[in-house]
Amino acid sequence: MVYLLCLVLFLIGIYGVLTQRNLIKIILSLAVVESSVSLFLILLGYRVGGIAPIETAARPHESFIGMSVDPLPQAMVLTAIVISLGVLALSIAIAMRLYQRYGTYDVTQIRNLRG
Amino acid sequence: MKKLATEERDGMSTIVRTVTRWVSAFIILYGLYIVAYGHLTPGGGFPGGVIMAGGFVLLMLAFGKKRLTALLPVARASALDCLGALGFWLLAVAGLVFGGGVFFRNFLPHGLRLRLWSAGIIPLCNVAIALKVTASLVLMLVALSVLRVKAGGTDEDFVSDIEEE
Amino acid sequence: MLMNLIVVLLMFVAIGAVIAIWTRDLLSAVIAIGVLGFTCAVVLLLLRAPDVAITRIVVEVLLLIILIRSVLRRGVRTVESSRSVPGMALAGAFVAVLLVLGVIAIRELPPFGEPVALMGLNEPAPTQPLEAGGPKQEIPPPSQTYIKQGLEKTHSGNIVTAVLLDYRAYDTLGEAAVLFTAVVGAIALLRRKSRKPPSPAEMAAGVGGSEDR
Repeated sequence: MVYLLCLVLFLIGIYGVLTQRNLIKIILSLAVVESSVSLFLILLGYRVGGIAPIETAARPHESFIGMSVDPLPQAMVLTAIVISLGVLALSIAIAMRLYQRYGTYDVTQIRNLRG
Repeated sequence: MKKLATEERDGMSTIVRTVTRWVSAFIILYGLYIVAYGHLTPGGGFPGGVIMAGGFVLLMLAFGKKRLTALLPVARASALDCLGALGFWLLAVAGLVFGGGVFFRNFLPHGLRLRLWSAGIIPLCNVAIALKVTASLVLMLVALSVLRVKAGGTDEDFVSDIEEE
Repeated sequence: MLMNLIVVLLMFVAIGAVIAIWTRDLLSAVIAIGVLGFTCAVVLLLLRAPDVAITRIVVEVLLLIILIRSVLRRGVRTVESSRSVPGMALAGAFVAVLLVLGVIAIRELPPFGEPVALMGLNEPAPTQPLEAGGPKQEIPPPSQTYIKQGLEKTHSGNIVTAVLLDYRAYDTLGEAAVLFTAVVGAIALLRRKSRKPPSPAEMAAGVGGSEDR
């Protein structure tokens, strides 16, 4: 059920990328896809009744091993989120350059207006 | 209309400025805390760096770009960006040199567990990454917000004064 | 209980995504993306990923600032009509195929809350050392090693940081390189073309004129 909702989120984003004509809307759709993928990876690492993968002095190591959720996807997603911010900013920069060149955000018009 | 636009660009109202003057310092301090305790509590170089960038961006929104570039000139921001990346790489190479030929070997003494001064190069890596992320995001936001383009303009109309300071 | 809460929040996220895609107003779309991101951060917190949740919240704030500041000031407030009907039908068919494939794939996944990588972690570790193992020796998934030995090997209480900066620091190095490239690309795109074209003499001398390239 949870995985299915993640898949639905991913597909909403893909549908947006495929059908939207406005560059900004396409970039927003990409953001939707990115957040669905990061959510999915974190969901894969969750353990029922788990605790955050942070060892404290209060909790003995043995019980930590028994309860901690998977730290590996969290580490990977952490970098992926920051990268996605950089990539989104870069694509916004490209979109603004295109707007300055063609006067529109519409990809079909930009395609027709080459030159 | 045009005058309003320039005023808006230069900053916001007095209330916002006064609050921002206090709050942004605390935001940056909180970012520093997140970075420093990144190996003990939730956080680390990435979140801390983004939080500090958020503090600088708040300054930029409230006081205008001039104030931010007076505090952190673009040339210095790009230097810090490179410094962060280079520092991280140098830590890795130091592992190669001092740690018995392994890239990214944690060559420093590990210290006591769960203390601030522990875990070898991990806090230093956190600091380097925080520097890198902060400078990158501030640079990117400055670059994106100084730009004021007219639709269909030529490159001569392209107003972008990133490096005029 | 927790699962129901997560399901409700994910539905909220999906509604935000639908609004962001369907609305014609760009400001509404941007705000819907913000709703989506903050709800995602709450879900991440419920999934016991505080590092990722913190990062997600702050990144979302910055993303909203970028979008509102740099996009919505262009004077473009609304979006024109969507693509043509055959194009939308084609996209819908593609998405439907992906949905079927995805459902088939999801049925192969382990049930929620029982990650494969942590299976068998609670059993006592085999006492014999690794190199003494015979042909049946199984190397545990790396996640188990991180959880078991993370504190001991790196002295970092936050295992995520230990993975990020010690076990898998190569990834982080690559990530820093990607971020660097993105920033350089954005600045190169957003600056003026070139302050002055290099004169032929400079070209011949190999000085290269301006530093823009």
